[in-house]
Order: sequence, then structure tokens, then C-alpha cells
Amino acid sequence: MNEIVILSGKGGTGKTSITATFAMLAGSDAVIADCDVDAANMHLLLKPDFGKSYEFYSGELAVIDQDLCTRCGLCKEKCRFNAILFSGRQYLVNPLDCEGCGYCEIVCPVQAITMNSRLSGNLYISETKAGSVMVHARLDIGAENSGKLVAKVKNEAKSLAVAMNKKLILVDGSPGIGCPVISSLAGATYVILVTEPTLSGLHDLQRVYAVIRKFRIKAGCIINKFDLNLTKTIEIKRFLDDAGIFHLADIPYDIHFTQAMVEGKTILEIPSPFKPLFEQIWGTLSEQLNH
Amino acid sequence: MTEIRPLKIAVASGKGGTGKTLVSTNLAALSSHSTASLLVDLDVEEPNDFLFIPGELELVSDRFKMIPVWDQNTCTLCGICSKVCKYHAVIQLGTYIAVFKELCHGCYACSELCPMGSLPMHPYKMGKISKKNFDNLTFLESRLEIGEEQAVPLIHQTHALVNEKYGDISVQVFDCPPGTSCPVIAAVKDTDFVLLVTEPTPFGLNDLTLAVETMRKLGKPIGVVINRHGIGNDDVEQYCLKEQLPVLAKIPYSRQIAELYSNGNLAFQQVPFLENALRQILSFIQNSVKP
Repeated sequence: MNEIVILSGKGGTGKTSITATFAMLAGSDAVIADCDVDAANMHLLLKPDFGKSYEFYSGELAVIDQDLCTRCGLCKEKCRFNAILFSGRQYLVNPLDCEGCGYCEIVCPVQAITMNSRLSGNLYISETKAGSVMVHARLDIGAENSGKLVAKVKNEAKSLAVAMNKKLILVDGSPGIGCPVISSLAGATYVILVTEPTLSGLHDLQRVYAVIRKFRIKAGCIINKFDLNLTKTIEIKRFLDDAGIFHLADIPYDIHFTQAMVEGKTILEIPSPFKPLFEQIWGTLSEQLNH
Repeated sequence: MTEIRPLKIAVASGKGGTGKTLVSTNLAALSSHSTASLLVDLDVEEPNDFLFIPGELELVSDRFKMIPVWDQNTCTLCGICSKVCKYHAVIQLGTYIAVFKELCHGCYACSELCPMGSLPMHPYKMGKISKKNFDNLTFLESRLEIGEEQAVPLIHQTHALVNEKYGDISVQVFDCPPGTSCPVIAAVKDTDFVLLVTEPTPFGLNDLTLAVETMRKLGKPIGVVINRHGIGNDDVEQYCLKEQLPVLAKIPYSRQIAELYSNGNLAFQQVPFLENALRQILSFIQNSVKP
């Protein structure tokens, strides 16, 4: 089974639109996983039906029983996250700061603190307009552990792919290089990097590639809006050469892409000159995977 | 003597690539023409602001988080450490205690609850803070080490450093990470006003909605900047109207800005409508945040 993760380092380079386009080309052959759980947008293009919904619990939250509490203050003293406040003669937990380490529960001399599991978001299993199954999620605001939700989305996608005998998983990753990105890379067979010819695009590409290299995953790169700055496009290609990243394609800067997105569609579904380009990229990608 | 509190402006957005960096760097640079200003890049996973500020970065300090280090000579293998760690960062494997430093949140539970003191806390480098001075603008960059998963402790430390060393700079702009989860919460926490940069597309709207919910939950005053105005549709404006969110500026879509940005140049001095937009934003915030 092939598991392709699409990353960019920098946000807004076109990662989600490109992933959705591949999802349309793959049709029912692929399982789609939207692992950008923090700012999930794929549903706007692939129109999943939110068929099944599950609550996602992750991490714990300290709760203080005010009837048992003797106001000794040990919990506040031990908490390294300043999550316990003394207010109105009560010790209270600020849920946004509590990291669920449970140290306060252990040290409380009267067992007034319990750790409750924490609802962090929702996970959905849907059918998309491309005929594929899609796993996606919505993280609750300010929730911790987005890396864990990413892992959950991916694992769910993987078991569905195995159960339905699908040979491809397409994973839309998050921007950045931190825990959600690292989580989305576990088990990947190929990474597509989507970048743009800006100084920031190149800088962020280099940082995310440094992470990928640690996992020794094969990578290919798409330069989106390549004609915005041809000098930067050449610099990016030089970097790709040096790093041994396969150059998959250049996509021009064109108003059709915005138009498609505004209509909630991929570029394949509106009249545009770009359908052959994407079919060609899709073909190159298949060769890369079988290589 | 009355103490003058600095004005702390956070620049955030649910979605990456909407123009956070453009707005942060140009806003801080413009502000520095009339008053001493500080720009802090808190997008620690992919910091880009330095590309737009002339001059060389110099190291202020390496940043560390505290993690436990096993002392096998005094350890009795009682197993308490691995039992109390909720993050599976300390695990007993036979007669060996393994510490996974990337997973450690630094709660100190294992270290302080160890009866033999066999897990003393030691500093571990997670990132660094660097600095540039450009006329009246002081620029600080906070940068996470590659492979390090947790951005939050580094963001907290950066805020602490700003409060300690740069409290006398009257206008402070913080470029925040994208998304709505823990790193953003940490980044906007100490600030007086949150500027949400969006674009007039369905992706922009979806992510703006999430960002607005987040900031409302945190009780932050917010204002919206619509970047690339003219592409897409007017759903974002309708939403702002309905939610009674002040739209502080609409920055028209401009290929000139995109090209200046792609080469790492500040744009406001060459694009008068951008400068006007930034002036509107600054004066709105200065008038709405009462000292």
C-alpha cells in the first residue's frame, strides 16, 4: 500500500487544493485523510457527507473537588504550567493551561483532585464526491494533542484502506514542522512537497525537508505559482537537485485556481486549460511510486 | 512615576499563507518610523520575518527545556517514574529507564517523586532566540530546533524574555503561528489585541471562523484584515458584518505586493495603498486599546 503525505512547511502554498485534485483523479481507489486537523479545509472541496461521527478523547484535565479541598496549595506549588489559580478562596484549574500531567492528583494529600479524560474533538468518516472514503476531524478550540488526533485520523484511514483493499492513502498534512507534521509522517511511503517561489517558501521547504530526511522518506516537489518569481523558481530547483528531491511539476499562477476554490471545486471540475497538466503529474507520480 | 505599558498586538490567522508575515513585518516597520517598535516572530516552526528585516541575525540565547536524565547508579528500578508519566516519556524497559525527550512536557513529576533522586532535571536545547536591530525597530526571532515537537514552551519563554528585557518598547507586534491549537493560544496569551488576517475565499472564511471562536473564547479584542481583497467572493465581509467584527483594512490583491514579498522585501514604502491600510490598522488598535 502506498501512503502519500502532502506537506509544505509554509501555509497557503496550495497544498489542500492540490491534494483534493489528486483525490478526484484517484476516485474510489484511494482513502483520503485530512490531517490538517487544526485548520481542515479539504471538506470544502471534496464535500464529504460527514456520514459517521465519533468523539475524540485525548489527554486529561485536572478537576478539583472543592468540598474535599483543604486549600493547602500544594497543587498550585507543584504545577509547572501555572494552570492552577487561587481565586475567590478556591484553587481552580485553567483548562487552557492544564497539560494533564497528573502531578497535582498524586501530591494532593486529601485526594481532592481527579484527572478526567478530555474531549478534544470529533472524528468523521465520510464518503466524498470523488467516490472515495475520507477520514477527517475537527479539533476543539485550544485543544492539546493535535498530534494524537492526526495519528488517529491516519490510523483510521489505514485500517479502512486495508479493510476495503485500497492501495493508496492520500494524506493532507499541516503546515509547520512540529508535532502534527511529525505525526502525519509515521508510515508514509512518499512525501509531496508543495512550495511557492518566494524566499519564505524556500526557507520553509528546507526546514520541512530536514524533518523528512530524518524519516528517510522519498520526496517529490511541486512548485506552485512558479511564474510569480522565476529567479526564485530556479533557486528552488537548485535546492531540489542538491537535496535529491524529485521535481514533479511546475504549476502557473492563474486565476482559475482561485475561481475553482470559490466554487468549492477542484481545478478539474471547471473549464480551464489545466486538466492535462494534472493528469500528467498524476502519471509521473504513479511512476515515482512504482520506481 | 507612572509606568507605560507597551501595546502588544498579535497577528494571527487560522489559515496559513493569508499574509500574516506581510502584515506583521510591514506593520512593525511602519510603526518604527514614528516610535520605537518591536517585532517578535513567534511562528517558531517556520519563522520567516527575518527574511524581510535588513541586517544580520545575532544569537540572543539558546533556549532550553528541562528534562529528566536517568542516573542508573542510584536507581532502584521501583517503577514509580514510568507509572506517573502520562506522556510515555519515561518508560522502564527491564533494568533500563528510557527517557524520550521529545515527548517530555517537563512536569517534573517523575523527577520529584523518585525516592532516590535518580532522575535529576537537566536542560535540553529546544530552540533559540535571535535578534536584529534596524533603525528604530528591534526584531526578535524565536526558532524551534528541527525534530523538536513542542512549540509551546519556547513561545512561553519568548514572551517572558520580551517582558523582562524589552518592556520599554511601546509598540510590540507578535507574528503568531497558524492554526487554533496550543501554540496559537500560547502566542496570543499576553497580548492586548488580536489582528486576524484572512483572504476572501472559502478556505479563508472557514479558518477565520475557527480563529474568531478561539479568540472569543480567550476574551481577546479582535479586528480583521482582509488581504488579497478582490479575489474570491464577499462571504468573509458578510460574515464580519453578521458577527459585528471590525474590518480594519482591506488590502487589494496586487501582483506587485506578491512579487516584493517573494523577494523578501518590505512592501509598504513602494505600495501606497498598503501603507494607508497599515496606518488605519495601527490607529484603530491604538484608539481601541485603552492603556
